[in-house]
Amino acid sequence: MAASEAIAVTKALEAVMRNDRGRLIAALISRLRDFQLAEEALQEAAISALAHWGRVGLPSSPQGWLLKVALRKAIDRLRGGARETRKAAELAHFVGDEADESEPEMIPDQRLRLIFTCCHPALDPKSRVALTLRTLGGLTTGEIARAFLDAEPTMGQRLSRAKAKISAAGIPFKVPDPEDLPDRLNSVLTVVYLIFNAGYTVGPSLDRDLCAEAIFLARMLALLQPGEAEVEGCLALLLITHARRDARLRDDETVALTDQDRALWDRQMLAEGLGLLETAMSRRAPGPFQIKAAIAACQSQSPPDWPQIAALYTGLYRHEPTPIIQLNQAVALAEAGHLPAAIASLVGLAEPLADYQPYHAACAEYLGRAGQTDAALTAYDRAIGMAVSPADAAFLTRRRDRLRA
Amino acid sequence: MQYMLLIYGAPAVEPQYGTPAFAEMMEGYAAASAKMVADGVMRSGEGLQGVETATSLRIRGGKVETMDGPFAETKEHLGGYYVIDVPDLDAALKYAALIPSAKYGTVEVRPLMDYNPAGN
Repeated sequence: MAASEAIAVTKALEAVMRNDRGRLIAALISRLRDFQLAEEALQEAAISALAHWGRVGLPSSPQGWLLKVALRKAIDRLRGGARETRKAAELAHFVGDEADESEPEMIPDQRLRLIFTCCHPALDPKSRVALTLRTLGGLTTGEIARAFLDAEPTMGQRLSRAKAKISAAGIPFKVPDPEDLPDRLNSVLTVVYLIFNAGYTVGPSLDRDLCAEAIFLARMLALLQPGEAEVEGCLALLLITHARRDARLRDDETVALTDQDRALWDRQMLAEGLGLLETAMSRRAPGPFQIKAAIAACQSQSPPDWPQIAALYTGLYRHEPTPIIQLNQAVALAEAGHLPAAIASLVGLAEPLADYQPYHAACAEYLGRAGQTDAALTAYDRAIGMAVSPADAAFLTRRRDRLRA
Repeated sequence: MQYMLLIYGAPAVEPQYGTPAFAEMMEGYAAASAKMVADGVMRSGEGLQGVETATSLRIRGGKVETMDGPFAETKEHLGGYYVIDVPDLDAALKYAALIPSAKYGTVEVRPLMDYNPAGN
């Protein structure tokens, strides 16, 4: 085989594994009911593909080829283990039946069932995020560990435990029953949002753009579960927020929303997000993600409609009664001109949010504006010490030094 | 799959015997049991006498040690269980949610050990 052909085969395989890995893994898990086996079988099939495609050229459907070979690899493994002989026989029957499954369109899309399984409430919340990124996003264990500031072996153990629990506890591989759907969908959207936030907090320094991964997942949900106001609301929220990404940093320093250069906003993405939010709200099925998207939309107006944002946070608090929502409401109140009320609210949040960096950043800003300089400087020091991204630290340091001067 | 629904009651906050709320709780138990039987998922189920009747035993250094009281002193005690046979965890959780003590204590859902997964 000529070197150029070898490179072409490698490139084709990489493209398939990048674009279709989630679909292939989902199809495998739906047959095998075993996350670990599915991952290992697909990995083996990819290794075979390199050798085989190099010899005889690309198959008409690389996806179909990989699925078929991965299933055979899995059956071989099951036959090797005496405990699983019955399962192997059942699966062999499957592969025989579907030997003609060669077009990618013919591989049924099982990713919706897969994401509901990965985000099942019987799994620990952090594991839901990790498992979703691993199986549907195709991130490596190392990439996930770095994104969440974990050691790689710790993350590996977390993923193994989650996969083992799915199989041992009988967590089903299915779209939930209609009566469970709103809660379970919220669990899935929360995972997508956490992935987005992780990308947003750390910034573009990661090897994988988690914001883009989250948008990919939200688009997938909108495609596979159409007509759901909360799914549209979640996608709208991510798009409206992500549209501002190029304006968020200037000279490696975070730029506050009101100081951002709006010419740098992605107009097309913003318009898509606002349009989706309108569609979602027209369904008359309100929910927390639509409220968050509406808040992001208000922030995109010039100037931001702070009284409306404060009112929306009051509505959001009914869905999510957390101190973080109260913090955001206090910020909106302060920006709307009610500084004393905002500071009173911030004081009350000192205990529950003691370890939450944005709390100290907010205290620093508004205590400073209220003329409580000493308290503001202390809050700046804490916020700078706790900042995850260097850009946030740089922004806060400059604000602190200006206050001190 | 078979699951055990372990009912951890919280006697301090549960309705007291003789009150209307207690009668309602017992009716809830009767309804939950009847539904499990009617759905054909019930394998077994029992209630336990109070934790003050418990005796714990362990063997240390070859010697049997017997103690008054439960395995651990907690606010919630194992008060009973059901064993049900259902397709998956989602189904097991639905039956667990029918158990009245879930309003006061906790129901832990655990799959039973399968000693013969190959089915021979």
